[in-house]
Amino acid sequence: MDWVLLIEQCLNGFQLGVLLFLIAAGLTLTFGIMDFVNLAHGSLYMLGAFFCATLTLWTDSFLLGVLLGLPAVLAAGMLIEVTTLRTLYQRHHLDHVLATFGLILFFNELVQVIWPLDGLRVPFPPAFDGSVPLILGIEYSAFRLLIIVVGLAVAAGLWFLVARTRIGMLVRAGAANPAMVSALGVNIRLLFTFVFGLGAALAGLAGMLVLPILGANSGMGEQIIILAFVVVVVGGIGSIRGAFIAALVTGLIDTLGRSFLDVLLLAFLPTNAAEAAGPALSSMLIYIFMVVVLFLRPQGLFPPGR
Amino acid sequence: MSALLPASPRAWFAAVVLALCAAMPVIAGAIDEPYYMDIFARMMIWAIAAVSLNLILGYGGMISFGHALYLGLGGYTVGICSYYGIDSALVQWPLALVIAALVALAFGAISLRTRGVYFIMITMALAQMVYFLAVSAEEYGSDDGLVIYTRSELGGGFDLNEPLHLYYTIFGCLLLALYFTRRLVASRFGMVIRGVQSNETRMETLGFATLRYRLAAFVIAGVMCAAAGVLSANVEKFVSPDALHWTRSGELIFMVVLGGMGSLFGPVAGALAFWLLAEVLSRFTEHWHLVFGPFLLLVILFARSGIDGLFGTRDDAG
Repeated sequence: MDWVLLIEQCLNGFQLGVLLFLIAAGLTLTFGIMDFVNLAHGSLYMLGAFFCATLTLWTDSFLLGVLLGLPAVLAAGMLIEVTTLRTLYQRHHLDHVLATFGLILFFNELVQVIWPLDGLRVPFPPAFDGSVPLILGIEYSAFRLLIIVVGLAVAAGLWFLVARTRIGMLVRAGAANPAMVSALGVNIRLLFTFVFGLGAALAGLAGMLVLPILGANSGMGEQIIILAFVVVVVGGIGSIRGAFIAALVTGLIDTLGRSFLDVLLLAFLPTNAAEAAGPALSSMLIYIFMVVVLFLRPQGLFPPGR
Repeated sequence: MSALLPASPRAWFAAVVLALCAAMPVIAGAIDEPYYMDIFARMMIWAIAAVSLNLILGYGGMISFGHALYLGLGGYTVGICSYYGIDSALVQWPLALVIAALVALAFGAISLRTRGVYFIMITMALAQMVYFLAVSAEEYGSDDGLVIYTRSELGGGFDLNEPLHLYYTIFGCLLLALYFTRRLVASRFGMVIRGVQSNETRMETLGFATLRYRLAAFVIAGVMCAAAGVLSANVEKFVSPDALHWTRSGELIFMVVLGGMGSLFGPVAGALAFWLLAEVLSRFTEHWHLVFGPFLLLVILFARSGIDGLFGTRDDAG
């Protein structure tokens, strides 16, 4: 076993986990508070990447791209909520799923009309293009390290917002009993719009952070949204703490599985069988993980206490 | 004689649509557009899949977001059998149905323990798991899919390479699926399933082991959908992981809702409408999803009872 590779892959897994958390946080909030299933959350991730890419190419600065892109995604998310999704909250989950499925088709096509068919790419910001030395003489990509730091900072900020501020108190109260909060004179519709916009901005931020690595493509949201759902379900719907832990575990399992499972299988299986089973099994690993968790705890690991 | 005529507008509609399906080879031949026969064959396959989903979604209230999985299982069974030179339908088809039944039994047992959003997500994730299995199966074409060189050999004078034989095999399967569903829904079993949808606690209190009934329905729906997958593999002579991608499952759900959930013929109408719409829209622009996505949204917002709703409220199971 190569220790340098192991540490590197752990960091990669951590980085994927942090990104998953940014996406899953918004999902789990809209689940928990509005009881709303939003498949189109991946579209906001995609829009974030496209907005940021366009702005970065205009302003020639990735930082400006992110700073200007965030309010744009926030506005897009709130606009979607106010115009269409708001009327669906009282409906059945099936209606949520189908309506937002329609939105996915729409947005995937829209970005193909507006932007080039093969998507957009931006270079790494110069300050983070390269690698930094870590302990034990390990070199790691500066940009991926930035993703981890930004993601953790946002997670801490989100925790502070929800647990320590007045607006967070309203959010938690809204999750527990929306009718009561509304009766106490809080504009619950505005609160919902705010929560949706916040989730949109977080998903958009995730899209921006992967932009230099993966680029912006139509359909990029579908790849990650299912993983984000796994995170939300494993963590317990509505629980931010659960989403955080589940996101990190999912990221680590997925990344480490892909790099080390075939090595591990070689210990038990003949070479050709291990080489055949390795990739197949590693791509299924997080789903198996989810099934095991839900089999043992159908409400997820940290169901929010009601 | 009058007993043979459809009794209501709803039944008339079903009869006309089915007659159109039956007559399509003649019509397509008369106007010299053999392509229409192809479209109708595909639409009928989707209709079978939608009818199977309607059994658990419309009648049982189980929002399975992974139903396309069974479509893929049916297709891949035919494809992989053919890959190893096993072309007899007598082997391929029962094998496909048995595999689908076993998978549905296992996945159903896992997912039916959960409720609500958890059920939606877990069915979706389980199907995605198999999707990735198909993607990573290099032996069977992974991403690019598996080309099927020979269609299933049916024997008994049937030859699926004959377009007419293939077409009427599909049509026959659609009729069979409709007849079977009609009988099933009206049976004691069907009443339990519908009873569970409206109030599971009540059915439990009445002494029904509801989980077993739901699981049985889940398995039946999976098997029926796998049959559609088998037919699809024979029409396309190709199967790829796309067949079981979660967006396919989404389209299937939309067909059921568009036609009218919990109505016998609704999913058929929904599948036909879905494909006609896609066909017509894509003639105008390659970006037809720009219209189709909002259309879906509008159906959900304003026409929730679907095509079936045009015929007024139902007072029975069908």
